[in-house]
Amino acid sequence: MDAFLLQILNGLDKGAAYALIALGLTLIFGTLGVVNFAHGALFMIGAFCAVTLQRILSFSFTTIDETRTDFLGNPLKVQTPYVESWFGPELGAAIQDWSVPLAILMVIPVMFLFGWIMERGLIKHFYTRPHADQILVTFGLAIVIGELIKYFFGANPIQTPAPQMFLGTIDVGSWLGFDRGAVAYPMWRLVYFMFSLLIIAAVFAFLQFTTFGMVVRAGMADRETVGLLGIDIDKRFTFMFGLAAAVAGMAGVMYTPILSPHYNIGMDFLVLSFVVVVVGGMGSLPGAVLAGFLLGILQSFASMNEVKALIPGIDQIIIYLIAIIILLTRPRGLMGRKGVMEN
Amino acid sequence: MSKSNFSRRGVLKTGAIAGAGLALPTYLSAASHSGFTNAPTGSTVTFGFNVPQTGPYAEEGLDELRAQELAVEHLNGIGDGGMLNTFSSKVLDGTGILGKKVNFVTGDTQTKSDVARASAQSMIQKDNCIMINGGSSSGVAVAVQGLCQEAGVIFMAGLTHSNDTTGKDKKANGFRHFFNAYMSGAALGPVLQKEYGTDRRAYHLTADYTWGWTQQESIQASTEALGWETAQNVLTPVGAGDFSSYIAPVLNSGADTLILNHYGGDMVNSLTQAVQFGLRDRQVNGKDFTIIVPLYSELMAAGAGSNIRGVFGSMNWNWQLQDEGTQAFVRSFGQKYGFPPSNAAHTCYVQTLLYADAVTRAGSFNPCAVVEALEDFEFDGMGNGPTTYRGADHQCFKDVLVMKGAENPTSQYDTLEIVEITPRAQVEYDPEHPMFAGGNLGTCNPGA
Amino acid sequence: MLGLNKSDFKLFLIVCLLALAAPILLNPFPTDSALGQSFNAGYPALMQRFVIFGILVIGFNILFGLTGYLSFGHAAFLGVGSYAAVWMFKLLSYNVVPAILLSVVVAGVFSVVIGYVSLRRSGIYFSILTLAFAQMSYQLAYSVLTPITNGETGLQVYNNDPQILMRAGDPTVPHLFGWRMNDKTELSMGGWNFVFENGYYLAAIFMIISFYLAIRIFRSPFGMMLRAIKSNQTRMSYTGLNTKPYMLAAFVISGMYAGLAGGLLAAMDPLTGAERMFWTASGEIVVMAILGGVGTLIGPVLGAGLIKYLENIVSKINDSILHSWFAFMPDWLDNLLVGIIHPFIGKGWHLTLGLLFMAVVIFLPGGLVQGGQKIGALFNRKKKSDAADGATKPAE
Repeated sequence: MDAFLLQILNGLDKGAAYALIALGLTLIFGTLGVVNFAHGALFMIGAFCAVTLQRILSFSFTTIDETRTDFLGNPLKVQTPYVESWFGPELGAAIQDWSVPLAILMVIPVMFLFGWIMERGLIKHFYTRPHADQILVTFGLAIVIGELIKYFFGANPIQTPAPQMFLGTIDVGSWLGFDRGAVAYPMWRLVYFMFSLLIIAAVFAFLQFTTFGMVVRAGMADRETVGLLGIDIDKRFTFMFGLAAAVAGMAGVMYTPILSPHYNIGMDFLVLSFVVVVVGGMGSLPGAVLAGFLLGILQSFASMNEVKALIPGIDQIIIYLIAIIILLTRPRGLMGRKGVMEN
Repeated sequence: MSKSNFSRRGVLKTGAIAGAGLALPTYLSAASHSGFTNAPTGSTVTFGFNVPQTGPYAEEGLDELRAQELAVEHLNGIGDGGMLNTFSSKVLDGTGILGKKVNFVTGDTQTKSDVARASAQSMIQKDNCIMINGGSSSGVAVAVQGLCQEAGVIFMAGLTHSNDTTGKDKKANGFRHFFNAYMSGAALGPVLQKEYGTDRRAYHLTADYTWGWTQQESIQASTEALGWETAQNVLTPVGAGDFSSYIAPVLNSGADTLILNHYGGDMVNSLTQAVQFGLRDRQVNGKDFTIIVPLYSELMAAGAGSNIRGVFGSMNWNWQLQDEGTQAFVRSFGQKYGFPPSNAAHTCYVQTLLYADAVTRAGSFNPCAVVEALEDFEFDGMGNGPTTYRGADHQCFKDVLVMKGAENPTSQYDTLEIVEITPRAQVEYDPEHPMFAGGNLGTCNPGA
Repeated sequence: MLGLNKSDFKLFLIVCLLALAAPILLNPFPTDSALGQSFNAGYPALMQRFVIFGILVIGFNILFGLTGYLSFGHAAFLGVGSYAAVWMFKLLSYNVVPAILLSVVVAGVFSVVIGYVSLRRSGIYFSILTLAFAQMSYQLAYSVLTPITNGETGLQVYNNDPQILMRAGDPTVPHLFGWRMNDKTELSMGGWNFVFENGYYLAAIFMIISFYLAIRIFRSPFGMMLRAIKSNQTRMSYTGLNTKPYMLAAFVISGMYAGLAGGLLAAMDPLTGAERMFWTASGEIVVMAILGGVGTLIGPVLGAGLIKYLENIVSKINDSILHSWFAFMPDWLDNLLVGIIHPFIGKGWHLTLGLLFMAVVIFLPGGLVQGGQKIGALFNRKKKSDAADGATKPAE
């Protein structure tokens, strides 16, 4: 039973991550009708914002310590981060420790600006072009972004730990009457879970309860009519693109302690996020969230030893298998609208 | 000083094979007149350095490339000579190989067998390479080794740790200096016993492909020999990224040891996530829970950061060794690039020198002469102590390092510390050992 | 001629000529010159890939170019074909005929099954279905199906395989009734060295046949029907026509082309691995088609050639090669140029690839073929305006 609970918890955690990643993608689909293969790259840029902040905070000046030597026998160069010399070692170290949460503050403007520029500079010219062209140009962009990241940060995964205080686990099980330590879950994963729910709720509330959101939803349903009503829908759509980029970026930042970022994670998440969005139904935000949780929980259960013993390798293909089953039984995914991306 | 192993019998054998090749009614390429593929004709000879430059192992590949460039410089008499000064064989004098200057071409394997073969083919067909070196995965090593066997050039494997490379898939034209999964198990066993006792329950997470399986099999065999129990072996998809759904069941499995048969980014992620699940803070069966990573590399250790502290693993070589050969190599590598070399870099550097030395001792670039010179060749001064290239399977036998994540690293380069240098006798095995059986070395192929 | 109209026949002849003379045409620079060592592509392994990937993308174009259905899992058929061929080598003998036949048949069967299921949906839903099938094939081939696929190491022929049709003295490399794939004739002329390899010519002949069949399909009533489906499937259904069999036929033909390519890859180099089926491999096929020009006859071949050229040539250029090109310049200029080019070559060849995609899609929506047409039009316009000038002059 405790193992079962642990897998449900894990499934929810995975599901929230999938849903958050898919959310930005489906925002772009739904509003602009653009197939954005660079979405994984946006997620990655977010992750590397955290890395960059970590680097900035550890910018150091060098002092030479004559008493010690480095591996070549030369005097050791001691690096002291500027933050530590400005704020004192303790506060300086604490600021560095909190670099991942702090990166959230940095990632929102950076990603919003990036999304804005990307839409105005590139995507805008592709609204009327075939989806295949959109795929290719954004795929090319994704490769270029990945290579630039590799050029500056190398190809190895970079460790970006969560703040010290989030490193432990929370004994979820003991609240529910299980043995101590039987259902312990990493604290940062729970933070990520809460964060995902918060962002998803915020995006929904924004679209549902603000005038701006209402106009965007109207534009999603019928762009032309909204335009004829004298509303500058283009500007709002650009804003939505920036918003989607910011959501992807935040997901990336918060994910770094779980998955050490490297230049290829964008591509790793690309296929997954597409499957989630399509299973949810093109252009449907609730569908994407639902599909994220569904796939997360099913994948978590498929990884259980008992299930794997029954069907070897099921954990490797479960996502695709579910995608096929759902698309065959529900033609437009879980909650897709008719006529979106069907030709 | 030169001790040539190029016997008369070898010459005759080579001649006969070449003769048979000539007698066949086929169109012959120009190169075939000299009896072997890509016989160097001018004043230069070309090596092909086939390493991953894109994909997950790109950094490792680039480090290999640095070492290979350094080796070529040393062969051509540029720089301080590195390990040429400490190598027990003294036939290389910095004037190239057999009077020919060494050139090299580079290629990108992308860590994909297909691409690696395409790149190696282009090196052989277009650049007339006489030897291919490098690589960072066993799948690629086996694929390229097979290609070199068919084409008639020598393959000096880079980083490849699967038992299969010199077991099931061994080839006469291929040589591996790097250690293998069996050796990791044999070296780790006694250290684990000393550290953690004989009564442990191990839970394996294993990358679901051939290398992962051979390593898991080897480690399971050696830990069970200590009296450990194997609670479970769970196969995980390659590149899974998030391993949480595989780690969560460990909590309630009753196991007190987690063995991660992962490499590269997978290892960084699975280790980091296992630590996040609080595994190392737990007490199971009255013992502290512990994690073991059988195969280490410096680049991974850097990626895993502080999570690696106190975690045991094994390595082929490390720059912190104190012998003369290591120091010479670390000095010239460090002076050129500003940081110490990785063990992938070391193995590629050594392989390049060993090839050059074998050619010189044989007095010929003919692959069959090189094979004969390398088989059962004993040498020293290359950083691993006295070493033998066993003729029966073309595997190098040498000491193996047992490593541990350093508790207090002073820089980003000493995140691992050497716990023990396991003597070679302890990791040796019979060529027909069941984990290596089923292969067939075949005969050397000079091509053409 | 051959049932082709005049302009198609001209195109067909050009393709034949290019394919058969490739060993010469692709070696424009003397073998030992710096440019030759870097840019010559006329060596067998690369030329084989040009024509084999050409076949693959020609087949993909029959589906995507004519019907507009974007399959994102086409590499699965390539992989399945390769596995079938290598198994034939392992079980029967190194003769390529059964291997290639079986690879086409097996890929055909696979595509019937996958096509039947996937074609129930259209648009992006179809793409994701094909992607899901291909990724499942990849994941299983890499791990659980290792007894059949030999997993990560890749399926290859071992000395102790049954090879029941193999007689003593048979070649131990793929061959066509004794005609070895890797035998070659070399021709040295001046500084040039041309290599004519049997395997390449076998692949090239298959490519020519595939190209011919593709022209016939494009021009046939069947091809017209597919185009009609592309332009408005709903209308086709309303006219009482069941479009499904046509779609499935196109899908299977295109899958068989991929199987043939897979079989040929194995025939040239008897080893295959699961990564041939990975989604990036499928993506590469899509990219090749779009780069070359979707729906055109020659485009796919050009796209395949360009990508394979970049992958094999640009990735091999390194800094020391660059320095040797610019050796005649003053040091500072040499270093500056190398510094500028450095990020784009060798390990950075993906960057070049990405920028190229973007440039082509942004400026040449019709792919390289459109680029060719634009250049052609430029010359034509000049000629026409010349003629027009000539015509108006007397009147003045």
